[in-house]
Amino acid sequence: MSDKMKEVPGVYLRDSELKAPDAIVFKSRPNAKYVWTAGIAYSGYLEAFKNGKIIGRRCRECERIIVPPRMFCEQCFRSTDEWVYVKDTGTINTFSISYLDADANRIEEPILVAVIDLDGASEGIGILHIVGNCAPDDLHIGMKLRAVWKPENERIGCVTDIKFFEPLKED
Amino acid sequence: MTIKRRVAVIGAGITSFRRRLKETGKELSYHAAKMALDSAEMNLSEIESVVMGTAPDAFDGIHMKSENLLDGAGGTGRPYTRPFVGGGTGVFSPIAGWWHVASGLFDTCLVVAEEKMSPVQPHPQTAFRTIWDPITTRPLNPNLVWIFALEMNRYMKTYNIPKEHIAEVAVKNKGNALDHPSAQLAAKITVDDVLNSETMVWPVQRLDISPPSDGAAALILCSEEVARKYTDAPVWIDGVGWSLDSSYWTNRDLVFPQYVAEAAKMAYKMAKIDDPPKQVSFAEPYDPFTYKELHHMEGLLLAKKGEAPKMTAEGITQRDGKLPICPSGGLLGVGNPIAAAGLMKCCEAFWQLRNEAGKRQVDGAETGVCQAWGDLMQVGTVTVFRR
Repeated sequence: MSDKMKEVPGVYLRDSELKAPDAIVFKSRPNAKYVWTAGIAYSGYLEAFKNGKIIGRRCRECERIIVPPRMFCEQCFRSTDEWVYVKDTGTINTFSISYLDADANRIEEPILVAVIDLDGASEGIGILHIVGNCAPDDLHIGMKLRAVWKPENERIGCVTDIKFFEPLKED
Repeated sequence: MTIKRRVAVIGAGITSFRRRLKETGKELSYHAAKMALDSAEMNLSEIESVVMGTAPDAFDGIHMKSENLLDGAGGTGRPYTRPFVGGGTGVFSPIAGWWHVASGLFDTCLVVAEEKMSPVQPHPQTAFRTIWDPITTRPLNPNLVWIFALEMNRYMKTYNIPKEHIAEVAVKNKGNALDHPSAQLAAKITVDDVLNSETMVWPVQRLDISPPSDGAAALILCSEEVARKYTDAPVWIDGVGWSLDSSYWTNRDLVFPQYVAEAAKMAYKMAKIDDPPKQVSFAEPYDPFTYKELHHMEGLLLAKKGEAPKMTAEGITQRDGKLPICPSGGLLGVGNPIAAAGLMKCCEAFWQLRNEAGKRQVDGAETGVCQAWGDLMQVGTVTVFRR
C-alpha cells in the first residue's frame, strides 16, 4: 500500500451474515458427470494392477523405466519402447501424516501418505500411495515398503487394488 | 532475443484481503483497477489493453469467470486476455501485460488480478479435488496439503533443517504484515506459537499455512514514452521468466524447485543480473507455506541450496536485514487470494521502488524480484522490477 493511500476498499463479511436465515439459497446441481478413458498407457497400468503387478514403460533413449507409464517420454519427446514390470516394493522418498480429509475436515485417525520410489524403476521414479500397518512415529524417509494387495477376486483394475504399502520386515 | 521496448509500471491498486468480503469479484476488480488508475492519474480511456489474472473458476463457482469479471476490470470493448498458470498466475499476469507493451502492440495495459475463495462451501479445499489425475491419483482421495507436506518433509530431511528455522518465516511475515493496511493475518507471534499450532498434515502446522482469502490488486503498465508523460518516477519491468516442470510430480526432484530456477535465470539474464544475492535489494517469493519462501529463495538463486533457513534464522531476511524477503508480509501475513496475492507482491515492489511503502519501506531499494508458484507445484513465474 502506498503511503499516499491510507485506506483500502473492502467490507469484511462474517460467515454468519453469509449464511443468515433469510439469505436466499439457490440450489442447482448441473447434470455434468465425467467418464474418462484411462488411455493407452494407464489401461496397461491398471490391467497389471488387476493381476497384482506394477508395470512401467522403458524409453531406450534416456534408458529410464517410468511409472506411472506413458506412451511417450516427455524428456526425449519420442514414443517409449516397451512395457517393463517393476517390483511392488520400494523406498519412502518422502511421507506426510494427514489429519485432514479430502475436504479439509479434521480427522482423528491420521492418513499416512508417501511417495514411494519403486524397486526396478529408474532412480527417483515414485508413486503416491497410502501407508498402513505402521505407527506414524515409525515412518521415516528411506524406509522399505511392500504393497499389500487386495485378494484377486476383489481387484478391479484401479490403483486402490493395492490396499496400502506396509513396512517390509527385513529378516 | 530482441526486446523491442522497455516497459514501465506507473500505478498500483489493492483492496483489503479478508476471509470473506461483501463485494463481488467485479466490485473488487473495480476497486483495485480504479485505485491503480487514480494513482497513475489516468482515465480508463487511456488504457489500450487489459489482462485479467484469476485462478480456478471452481472458487467463485462461475465458469469462465474472467468474462464475468470483465466489466469490473475495465475490459469492456478492449482487447482482454486471461493468462492462467494456477497459483503462478498473479506474477504471470504482469508478464503477459509486459509482452502486450514490450512487443509494441499496445502503449498501455491495465493488469488486474482477482480472487474470491469464500463462495465455495464448506471449504475452498474442496475445489482442489478435481485438479488431480483422475486415473492414478483421485481414487486415493488426496488433499492438496498432502503434496506440500511431502515436499516440505523431503526438503527438511535432505538438509537436516530444524522446524524452528522454518517457523521463523511465519513470525517474520505476519509481523511485517502489521504495517500493511490490506492484511488479513497480521500478528505478533513467536516461533513457539508456530510449533505449538495444530498439526494439519505433518510437518505442516496451522501457522505454516496462508489463509483462504478474497481480494484484488492491479497495476498500470505502459511504454517508456507514455510513462514520461505521467510520472518522473516510473518503475521498470526489466526481466520476466516462467517455466513449468512435469505433471508427473512423483517422478520429480522434490528438494529443489528447478522450474523456479529456470524462470529466474530467464528473468535475470534479461535484467543483466549475474550475482542475484548482491544485485537484488529485496524479494517477494511466493509464501503460501512457510517452507515455500525458503524453497523459493533457493530457486531464485538468492540463497545456496539448503541455506535459506539458516539465513532466515540469522535475521538476514528481515525488513532491515541484508536481503529483505517479503517486506509486504507475504501471503502468510497479508493473505492469499491466489492470483491477487501474486499481484500484491508486484504492487509491493512498485511501492518499495517508488519509496512509497511507508512503514514497510526497505532502505535503498533499487531492484526487487517477485515470484509466484502453483499448479501441481510445477510452475515458477518471476518478474524483476527496477527503479
